[in-house]
Amino acid sequence: MRHTIAVLVENEFGVLSRVVGLFSGRGFNIDSLTVAPTNDESLSRITVVTRGDEQIIEQITKQLNKLIDVIKVIDFEAESAIEREMVLVKVSAEESSRAEVLRIADIFRAKVIDVTPKSYTLEATGSPAKVSAMVELLRPLGLKELVSTGPVVIGRGAKGWRG
Amino acid sequence: MKMNGARILLECLKLEGVDTVFGYPGGTVINLYDELFSFKEIRHILPRHEQAGVHAADGFARATGKVGVAIATSGPGATNTITGIATAYMDSIPMVIITGQVPTGLIGNDAFQEADIIGITRPCTKHNFLVKDVKDLALIVKKAFYIARTGRPGPVLIDLPKDVQMAQAEFHYPETVEIRGYKPTVEGHPKQVEKAIAMITHAKKPVIYVGGGVILGNAAPELTALAKRLGIPVTTTLMGLGSFPEDDSLSLGLLGMHGTYYANMAVSHCDVLIAVAARFDDRVTGKIASFAPHAKIVHIDVDPTSIKKNVRVDLPIVGDVREVLLQMLKVIEERKVESGDSQLAPWLEEIADWKTKQPMTYQQSKTIIKPQYVIQRLRALSEPDAIVATDVGQHQMWTAQFFGFTKPRTLLTSGGLGTMGFGLPAAMGAQAALPDRQVIVVCGDGGFQMNLQELATIVQNRLNVKIVILNNNFLGMVRQWQELFFDKRYSSTCMELPIDFVKLAEAFGATGLQATKTAEVDEVIKKGFATPGPVLMEFKIAREEKVFPMVPAGASLTEMVLAS
Repeated sequence: MRHTIAVLVENEFGVLSRVVGLFSGRGFNIDSLTVAPTNDESLSRITVVTRGDEQIIEQITKQLNKLIDVIKVIDFEAESAIEREMVLVKVSAEESSRAEVLRIADIFRAKVIDVTPKSYTLEATGSPAKVSAMVELLRPLGLKELVSTGPVVIGRGAKGWRG
Repeated sequence: MKMNGARILLECLKLEGVDTVFGYPGGTVINLYDELFSFKEIRHILPRHEQAGVHAADGFARATGKVGVAIATSGPGATNTITGIATAYMDSIPMVIITGQVPTGLIGNDAFQEADIIGITRPCTKHNFLVKDVKDLALIVKKAFYIARTGRPGPVLIDLPKDVQMAQAEFHYPETVEIRGYKPTVEGHPKQVEKAIAMITHAKKPVIYVGGGVILGNAAPELTALAKRLGIPVTTTLMGLGSFPEDDSLSLGLLGMHGTYYANMAVSHCDVLIAVAARFDDRVTGKIASFAPHAKIVHIDVDPTSIKKNVRVDLPIVGDVREVLLQMLKVIEERKVESGDSQLAPWLEEIADWKTKQPMTYQQSKTIIKPQYVIQRLRALSEPDAIVATDVGQHQMWTAQFFGFTKPRTLLTSGGLGTMGFGLPAAMGAQAALPDRQVIVVCGDGGFQMNLQELATIVQNRLNVKIVILNNNFLGMVRQWQELFFDKRYSSTCMELPIDFVKLAEAFGATGLQATKTAEVDEVIKKGFATPGPVLMEFKIAREEKVFPMVPAGASLTEMVLAS
């Protein structure tokens, strides 16, 4: 099962290394990982996408909580959270496919951020499912480069998560 | 008052109640050592290797319950501490390790004797700190001691660059400390405690399975009270030995790979297993799928990650073990729970039958010294509160099986990491902490040679350690596996060079004694104990004696190979 876990940590050197080291040392998966400071400058928020059965996910959240520099861990349920990621895609756009690339970009509300006679570079934001649907449509047209932020996640509703 | 970082560190240690440190000087701690030179409140013991210094601090901590402190210089000094730190980490021993570091401006430059010790020790410390500013030093030391000794204890490393030791700052030691990401649970959830008591009192075949956390959490009296109050038999892990008196009729001794027949049978047939501050190590459970197959499992542990890590748990209680046991005792009193004597009688009878059928035994010999016999005689001839350190291997298991521990903090052994070379320096640390107690270390000839340089430290500091070497000229435990599972292909397990251990002891200024026949065993032990100062007693034991019972790796606890 895929899980998106948000981890609020001290914004200090070496903390990311503790988190990543925990995953590698215990053989847990990291599908993607993003990290940046929050509105409280003393805190950083890590979003990690991982996989595992219930027991493994429970271990992951407990082990994360055990780290001294970790302040809070939330394993987000899909229905109660909003997940977004951004991709930048460089796709080849020769005579025959130029229009098709733009059509796909339009459907997914992607922006063209760079253009050459042979390529378009698109910026798209959305749920991981949407983004991957777009990428899969672009792939047969000649995907030259793909860069993704990996998902970030925020809970639904009025209640904010401090930091 | 302004003072330099080195002095601030020492003042902090003093305020933490540290009176002894084990350390090795070097370039990046020379300023610290210069301050130490005139700082009379702290005794410094110089081991002959940093690894041994950390093991000594570890032995000090295990024997006393205080936080052990070790110091090493940067680079090789720091990397030499790793095995010691990892040993303490696996057994949850409270320690603070202070390493020198190259000046902050040189960090990352591959400077002389530079090692990224923060990076290296990240996975084997509970936490670690690099001090970048002398103004942060006192708070960091306060946090380090707090983290080391609270919750599930563990080693904490402080990396202290040379320029920070030299820099001046106002000294102020905070009285309390608050770490927002670290709030260990102390009290168990009251509802869970009630449920546990209900589950336990309804059990027909309960067993209490005790881990090292009971000793670390100073909960042996409460554990003993609970077991006796309810009349429930108790088995302990290697780390738990001493938490429940082995001479009590409810004691089942050790469980697991080299546990007693009756402990393993009891765990395999119980209907409720009460795991108290134990972590279901693979050496305890054997094959997980068939571990305690009929039991509902209650698991008390201060560390939530221990719960459901290896085995399913029906009723978890997170909290400080002593606190939780007190809560349980209180509920028992409030509910006027009856002693389980009558309800548990058939179960206790079943266990008594197992005990009669397969007691812990070995084939005694009139001539060749049997290691188990040496252990039994050590028990008989030593003081009742003697502290026994061991190394790792066959002798460790024989000690665990045949010594009969009755008091907490009397067995110092590397259980989790299984570190050969641990015994001698650990005994040294314990003796430094408790000069009036009898301290014995039982070693094999292999492990002894891994830190034998500490004989020098022991003699120099007039530490009264009594060293017992069970010499079979083999790396016995590996040899045993090779005999049983690898068709007697003794690949690199024969220690071919016969060493004159008596002369070796004498070379260091200690007394050396040797026994080669069964009849000499008592005489050597008595003489060794009666001789003042450090004594090395070598026993030439039956070379191919094996440790039994034995559950082969990956087998179920009921699939024991017994001594026959």
